[in-house]
Amino acid sequence: MRTAFISELFELAKQDERIVLIVGDLGFGVVTPFMEQLPRQFLNAGVAEQNMTSMAAGMALSGKIALTYSIANFPTLRCLEQVRNDVCYHDANVKIVSVGGGFTYGAMGATHHALEDLAVMRAMPGLVVVAPGDPVEARAATRAVIAYQGPCYLRLGKAGEPVVHQLPIDFELGRAIQMREGRDATLISTGGILQNVVRAAERLAREGIQTRVLSMHTLKPLDAEAVLAAARETGAIFTIEEHSVLGGLGSAVAEVLAEADGIKVPFKRLGVPSGFSLHIGSQEYMQDCHGLTEAGIAESVASVIRTVTSS
Amino acid sequence: MSDEKQNNLSELARRIRQHCVRMTGKANASHIGGSLSAADLLAGIYGRALRYDPQRPDWPDRDRFIMSKGHACSALYAVLAESDYFPVERLETFYQNGSPLAGHVTHKNVPGVELSTGSLGHGLPVATGMAIAAKRDGRPSRIFCMISDGECDEGSVWEAALFAPHHKLDNLVVIVDYNKIQSLGVVKEVIDLDPLADKWRAFGWAVRELDGHDMLAIEKALTQVPYEAGRPSCIVAHTVKGKGVSFMENKLLWHYRAPLGEDMAKALAELEPAE
Repeated sequence: MRTAFISELFELAKQDERIVLIVGDLGFGVVTPFMEQLPRQFLNAGVAEQNMTSMAAGMALSGKIALTYSIANFPTLRCLEQVRNDVCYHDANVKIVSVGGGFTYGAMGATHHALEDLAVMRAMPGLVVVAPGDPVEARAATRAVIAYQGPCYLRLGKAGEPVVHQLPIDFELGRAIQMREGRDATLISTGGILQNVVRAAERLAREGIQTRVLSMHTLKPLDAEAVLAAARETGAIFTIEEHSVLGGLGSAVAEVLAEADGIKVPFKRLGVPSGFSLHIGSQEYMQDCHGLTEAGIAESVASVIRTVTSS
Repeated sequence: MSDEKQNNLSELARRIRQHCVRMTGKANASHIGGSLSAADLLAGIYGRALRYDPQRPDWPDRDRFIMSKGHACSALYAVLAESDYFPVERLETFYQNGSPLAGHVTHKNVPGVELSTGSLGHGLPVATGMAIAAKRDGRPSRIFCMISDGECDEGSVWEAALFAPHHKLDNLVVIVDYNKIQSLGVVKEVIDLDPLADKWRAFGWAVRELDGHDMLAIEKALTQVPYEAGRPSCIVAHTVKGKGVSFMENKLLWHYRAPLGEDMAKALAELEPAE
């Protein structure tokens, strides 16, 4: 996703000199071509995320499309008030880009686990929140947030994630992408967990449980219509995210369901319990610890479906 | 410089102070002390230094002023009104229900305000972003930013202070309203900033120190920027909190207390034009 983002941005920036990429002293080997070939559109703010974010706002208020780029919680939580006051309050055309969503940096320890960013950023007034599911979505999301006039948060994973979308996609901010159809349940996914969700759906299909899969790449504004359609048309709803179960996709979907008239549907959030992980390890290991592998997701879904159908 | 010009600036500062007293009194609001300490500097900034056009607040080549000490908003609103951004009568709505003139600097529906502030340590970093944008676009704009002394406790101020000289932003000017009193005590006792000018110098800024109530010195310092090509400029302005109203001067109390009733009358009497 990281590679898709930077190569797409590079192409866009070559055609639009308003685009400025500001990094927080990170991106070794990743941002190098951008830095070398578009030096007037590149800036290293140093290890200073507050200044990075405020400067981005200042540049945006002077006509730029300013991107801040760092990893994990650094461009979001570290400088949250700068995001709120300088970027959001001024409706500044700033795109906050974080690499390392969820357990991407699982072995690096709890400081580098990005598990609250979606919740916190979703609460920021006027901020569009996007968490693409694979490199294809990351590329499309990059184009979409640059084209959008206003503040956005783009949550990416790492480099080298598998391509989940084998066909071209129709990507629109705020509109979920349906990956497969099924009536027993809907699996709603956000961010880099998408492949596990799609594979879990395939595994469930082999077990006779047919699921609809939605890639909810935009968390805010949420595609409420897709959620409500899923509630009407399928037997249960599951949200899956590599993020705390508090405040992210699960909460956003729950809010829609709770306030909808006449909707009663079994619903479960799959994610990380609120708290600091006792473990460290690879992304796959951390996913396994929290039931977020293909098998773990399939098992959780199947057990709820079995309970629902037997009751 | 003619005496008349000088008098004009002093007269502008006097009117700013008068507005501040009326506004904060009517609103029963805090922060009169830090508004009065900044009044002469603001008169110099808007009366002489800035290139702006109140008819075109979005003019891309305008100079920008960022009031980072957002609590001293009454002084900024006053100087904007006096500079024809909006009618002076609107100042009467300060702090009132439904008014755009909030108790900290707010840009929404207030022409001329470049940046909303109120949480300290935001203004200089944003100003730095504006300065580098102007440089890269080859625009003549200069960015002036006023910060408070207590604000210098914020780490983000020093993030920008490190960044701006490295990038040779000589179109950036920071003015420290060094009135020596912060929210809960005198600066020297809370967290001593001295030697403050040396700190900015050590970070790579071209620094001048002056009496922030000496209009001649203010005008000179503001119109001679940049002091050194390739360096941002810093003006450490030694000021008096509550300046211009004798019973408010150098009193921590007037960081908070609103000039009500007899206090307001006494303050306004001291701010009458000289005979």
